Amino acid sequence: VKLLSQNWTEIAYLAAAVCFILALKGLSSPKTARRGNLIGAAGALLALLVAFASQELSNLGAILAAIAIGSVIAVPAARRVQMTQMPQLVALFNGVGGGAAALVALLEMTHGSTDPAAGNLVAIAFTVLVGAVSFSGSVVTFAKLQELMTTRPVIMPAARPLMIGGLAAAVAAAVAVFATGNLWLGLLLLALGLALGVMLVLPVGGADVPIVISLLNAFTGLTVAAGGFVLQNTLLLVAGTLVGASGTILTRLMAAAMGRSVTGVLFGALRGGSTAGSTAVSDRPVRSTGPDDVAILLNYARKVIFVPGYGLAVAQAQHTIRELADVLEKKGIEVLYAIHPVAGRMPGHMNVLLAEANVPYEALREMDEVNPEFKTADVVLVVGANDVVNPAAKTSPGAPIYGMPILEVSDAQQVIFLKRSMRPGFAGIENELLYEPKTSLLFGDAKESLTKVLGALKAL
Amino acid sequence: VTGVALLAVFVLAVFVGFEVVSKVSTTLHTPLMSGANAIHGIILVGAVIVAGTAESTLALLVALFAVVLATVNLVGGFVVTDRMLEMFKGRAPRASGRGTGDAR
Repeated sequence: VKLLSQNWTEIAYLAAAVCFILALKGLSSPKTARRGNLIGAAGALLALLVAFASQELSNLGAILAAIAIGSVIAVPAARRVQMTQMPQLVALFNGVGGGAAALVALLEMTHGSTDPAAGNLVAIAFTVLVGAVSFSGSVVTFAKLQELMTTRPVIMPAARPLMIGGLAAAVAAAVAVFATGNLWLGLLLLALGLALGVMLVLPVGGADVPIVISLLNAFTGLTVAAGGFVLQNTLLLVAGTLVGASGTILTRLMAAAMGRSVTGVLFGALRGGSTAGSTAVSDRPVRSTGPDDVAILLNYARKVIFVPGYGLAVAQAQHTIRELADVLEKKGIEVLYAIHPVAGRMPGHMNVLLAEANVPYEALREMDEVNPEFKTADVVLVVGANDVVNPAAKTSPGAPIYGMPILEVSDAQQVIFLKRSMRPGFAGIENELLYEPKTSLLFGDAKESLTKVLGALKAL
Repeated sequence: VTGVALLAVFVLAVFVGFEVVSKVSTTLHTPLMSGANAIHGIILVGAVIVAGTAESTLALLVALFAVVLATVNLVGGFVVTDRMLEMFKGRAPRASGRGTGDAR
């Protein structure tokens, strides 16, 4: 039903766009973040209502049913997902958004044929191609994270010529779509985009997934922005551009935090230098320790820093480590959490995992902020982390992680590693820190070990 | 809206986006990602319009599929972001030593 004039429609869309900007602005502090997100959701609802009220739409019943179906799928998934599985869910939501944008652009070709302005077809070609890449890339990322397939880089035979050929074909198809506006060429472009997305993500190793998720997020954002060009809708344009900016910033931050370039992550495996290292177990002597000794060390410390890694999350030990922190703080011991930017499987993942365990966000310190603190720390407890504290990143130029900024735990008086085994981390390289005199190791499942330490500490 | 006007909006949105997102606290990067994710779910508006103006049954079916996908993106994104942000709590005021209403 057409209730709104063109001008009122534009104004309402503008208001929705402002809501989205406020949603992102709210995220500058945990205090305002939740309200910001609700403002964003309100903006989305407003925009949807405007879409229905701004023009004569047929098939209303079917559209409402489709929205209902989508909500029925999405809400339980979003409510029930475990925080450790957040990266998968984000990848999946990202993928379906990209897919939807590609389909919208493709359909626009079918009845935009009356006056296909040149710029419009460029935007259509871009939306179809990048949306398809984003969709299939996200699906492969999801499969890797959900461990439906191997997390190691998968390198197909002749991957490089295939990738180059695929890219060339996609560009040619995009130009052809631009030149002719032919729907079949559009479908070909969609298929090529799907294939390219798979080829793009397959060779990426598990440790590099945070970068890929951010990059695909940026892709979908730009796809939606291009969709805004196609539909001449300023809201889609602004919303997509905001997301594109956010994805770009996060991609660059993640790459910097790993000391690697974005192209190195995406195409490194194709060149032979992949992140897949050895999984060999070293037999050099290390000093192992027991829960009682750890408890005594902690008890007489003045300042303790926890370094949580993904191993902590896998063992579901977030709650136990928070209990340990509570006991220590009651004894007047200062406790900090040192969070490396790539701790976890997506940007900021560890913060969410610890927030779930009710760790106050003030206690979480980022790398630059916490590194000077290690010098005055009596004990550092490294739980399920390895590469992010590996001095090889600074000292051995040949190492795959060389150049990655690390948490400088070796500055502390005592370092205790809670590890399951002597197996190296994702990067597959030995950690010299493990063999230093100030280091001791407590072997076992992170949660069991922490529980034992907690018990011993309470008994002291 | 002309193409040039859209281009102008795009360029300005790039600057706004970088400005706003670079101020996001690193603690909140995961909610940022899922929140941004939800925002691009607004392609739902496009999907609804395309479905409402579909000229053939096939086009309608494809468009309705796009509506389902976009709804999953939009609704799921906002719900999961809200769930995450709800968990980010500060220290209780007594523990932090700096209450909310001090320094008057």
